[in-house]
Amino acid sequence: MRGDWEVVIGLEVHSQLATESKIFSGAATAYGAEPNTQACLVDLGYPGVLPVLNEEVVRMAAKFGLAVNATVAQRSVFARKNYFYPDLPKGYQISQYELPIVEHGELFITDADGNDKRIGITRAHLEEDAGKSIHEGIDKSSRIDLNRAGTPLLEIVSEPELGSAKEAVAYMRKIHTLVRYLGISDGNMQEGSFRCDANVSVRPRGQKELGTRAELKNLNSFRFVEKAINFEIERQIELIEDGGKVLQETRLYDSDKDETRSMRSKEEANDYRYFPDPDLLPVEIDAAYIEAVREKLPELPDAKQQRFISEYGLKADDASILTGSIALADYFEAVAAATDAKAKLAANWVIGDLSGALNRDGLDIDVAKVEAAALAGLLDCIADDTISGKIAKEVFDAMWAGEGSAYDIIESRGLKQITDSSAIESVVDQVIAANPGQVAEYKAGKDKLIGFFVGQVMKETGGKANPGQVNAILKDKLKN
Amino acid sequence: MSRDLHAQTLTQLAAGLERGDFSSVELTEALLGRIKSHNQTLNAFVTVTGEQALAAAKRADEARASGNAGVLNGLPLVHKDIFCTRDVLTTCGSRMLENFVSPYDATVVERFAGAGAVVLGKTNMDEFAMGSSNETSYFGPVKNPWRLECSPGGSSGGSAAAVAARLAPAATGTDTGGSIRQPAALTGTVGLKPTYGRVSRYGMIAFASSLDQAGVITRCAEDAALLLGVMAGFDERDSTCLDHPVPDYAAGLSKSLKGLRVGIVRQHFDAGLDEQTGAAVREALSVLESQGAVLTEVDLPNLDLSVPTYYVVAPAECSSNLSRFDGVRFGRRAEDPEDLYDLYCRSRGEGFGAEVKRRIMTGTYVLSAGYYDAYYLKAQKVRALIADDFRRAFAGVDVIAGPTSPTPAFKLGDKTDDPITMYLNDIYTIGANLAGLPGISTPCGLVEGLPVGLHLVGPHFGEETILRCAHQYEQLSDWHQACPEDFR
Repeated sequence: MRGDWEVVIGLEVHSQLATESKIFSGAATAYGAEPNTQACLVDLGYPGVLPVLNEEVVRMAAKFGLAVNATVAQRSVFARKNYFYPDLPKGYQISQYELPIVEHGELFITDADGNDKRIGITRAHLEEDAGKSIHEGIDKSSRIDLNRAGTPLLEIVSEPELGSAKEAVAYMRKIHTLVRYLGISDGNMQEGSFRCDANVSVRPRGQKELGTRAELKNLNSFRFVEKAINFEIERQIELIEDGGKVLQETRLYDSDKDETRSMRSKEEANDYRYFPDPDLLPVEIDAAYIEAVREKLPELPDAKQQRFISEYGLKADDASILTGSIALADYFEAVAAATDAKAKLAANWVIGDLSGALNRDGLDIDVAKVEAAALAGLLDCIADDTISGKIAKEVFDAMWAGEGSAYDIIESRGLKQITDSSAIESVVDQVIAANPGQVAEYKAGKDKLIGFFVGQVMKETGGKANPGQVNAILKDKLKN
Repeated sequence: MSRDLHAQTLTQLAAGLERGDFSSVELTEALLGRIKSHNQTLNAFVTVTGEQALAAAKRADEARASGNAGVLNGLPLVHKDIFCTRDVLTTCGSRMLENFVSPYDATVVERFAGAGAVVLGKTNMDEFAMGSSNETSYFGPVKNPWRLECSPGGSSGGSAAAVAARLAPAATGTDTGGSIRQPAALTGTVGLKPTYGRVSRYGMIAFASSLDQAGVITRCAEDAALLLGVMAGFDERDSTCLDHPVPDYAAGLSKSLKGLRVGIVRQHFDAGLDEQTGAAVREALSVLESQGAVLTEVDLPNLDLSVPTYYVVAPAECSSNLSRFDGVRFGRRAEDPEDLYDLYCRSRGEGFGAEVKRRIMTGTYVLSAGYYDAYYLKAQKVRALIADDFRRAFAGVDVIAGPTSPTPAFKLGDKTDDPITMYLNDIYTIGANLAGLPGISTPCGLVEGLPVGLHLVGPHFGEETILRCAHQYEQLSDWHQACPEDFR
């Protein structure tokens, strides 16, 4: 970032809650149904219908609140946010305004210098999603799909304490990991279950007052968040340096053109006329309820990461990757528990080959083609020198392809490592005999050639010779 | 049919059906015949559901024959056109819903049907229940059976007129500021507004959600008790509907009034009250006293603030409740809109009448940024004070009694140019809505040939007390039996 400017960002993350039915009706929330097949009369805003709160969302919001060390309100109130739009059937969105269910939370991100940085969470409130307007491909008219109308959302509002696009992404990732840990959202960004708006402003370094902010709408991938914010920062700085003024407005990020453009200005902004929804009673939960939720909280990502470092001796980066989701962390722990190999080796394999294979096949960890116990078996074979790490990769691929356990594959393919010194010695002798020129060069001081000899021995043994032994024997024989 | 079925109360008809004096089909035919001959004069109905009614009557007769009669088996009634009725037009008195056929039944409709009742039709009303004279209906005003040039009151004017003219023994209504009790008073019928939350609002097209309550208009308190027992009770589809046991309302009616503490509010008899109406109400109070009731004066210090408070809260809620009528999914849609804005403006502009627009605009104003605190929030505070006044008063009395409406029925057209005077018509009834209390109006006299009502308000869930009080009064008076001459 330019040194003389300071960037101030606040994020509003919208996380769809993973309930079976909608927040105020019994209609299903499943994604991808035929348009308007998952909207009941309540979702359609028919005359006379009334909302009834799905209590599951309260529990989920409380879970989130406790996980970010926030105050979970014993009394929160649903309010109506009034505006007209065709995909908002009632002409108002039921949300929370003055009394949200979660306030005063925090979470920690790692800043550019590698230090922990606290980001305040102003509030998190429950609300219903609107439907979807489809404008493309239809001449002079629009279509509306109300399947999404009434889907429960948790809107998580941060303090304006993020100092760069990178920090914003780090914060969003943390929230993303957290909601999935808590099992309150699937976090699916392609389906719009997890998206955010960003409030971005800049000010000369040292200035106390905040600059005028622009609100960037509907950023639905980590990459877009970063790109949109960076574009916006540059735009605002250039504007001010050219003597212009940033307008308070809502801007839309166009990912095709990689730019933001104005949607509406403050003057055009709606007056939402919030007031408490008279159709719904205040949500009242007692301390015992909150405690019961607290007791059921899973181990949270930060705590798990610390434990992985201390318990398994992992590096912070590896621990961070492995605790990115509960499923991955659980997988790793299952491998580590079942194998005699070092945890560090298990971590490398889970982060490396296993994750690579999952990515390649587009699979989630819970349907990995090599289960934790099977991977542990493979690692045991490495640990007891049955095979080398290199051969293990071949075995892993065969396991992934469904050819059986590590042991079976090693047996059937004859991949067992050669650890018999006399057998290796005889191969070494052959190699030395066959390459007099290289031997001479080596003896003349070209140490690097040791790699060549190791390669030759491995080639002769089909990669099965124990590399450590090969090295030692070669060095010993070439000395003479 | 010489048995004058139309002259009988619901309770009498129930006994007749039970004895087999007549069938539900006969009864239904008789009343449909009366509707046919009189509705043109009165304009009490938006829709008459003759065919469905006869089919339901036939089913009811069969059910009785096979020993499966419900509490209201075969008994005819009519629904205010604010209740959604499946496959039947539900207009809410508005051009906006002129062609709206509801895909579902309101809970109230469902419960009455479940008890075996036969629905004769849907009654005319002020548009979206906004009015006190039935003149805001898109389908034209209802005439008062007692004097055709007069209003029957509103907004449940069609229901009140239908019962007063003996076109139906009972009708449902809704009461947001007096919309059941005031028309009952003006037509010589009994109107019961239960405690807020006593009856489900599901399927009742919302005007002001925190004030709206479904109730009934009948010929006597006994009938109201019978119907309340069917319609009351918890409904999981309405979050504001309370899970409170439903007593046998009819059982307590005969208990004497001895020792009943009746509160009288001095301000109820101030200058705004028509002199003869006041005299009739005082006379009724002395009847209660003669039965052993103890009259004491109670103070409701913030009563004068109830009308202004109501006209902030109710429009605020209505401005939001009526946003769903946008021409997109149901109801009136403007033809060939140029764009979205045009679609909204013309659909709503054409669909809503003047009074509805006035209230939407008032409500939008009081909720807007910068005015919210001064109007809406302040009104909510005053509302809490008014509720407190009642709570304090009910510490010392069992019922609060007074006039239902300041005057007898007024002429159609008399108040349409002056909304404030019209609004003041509900001055005695609005308090009960703001405080969520049950209230009943029962006929207590004729002033120059027009009925006036005695208004009884009880504490929360005090329906049994006000029904008993009204019933006991009816045993010593015959005002509730008076029938407009042309409809005997």
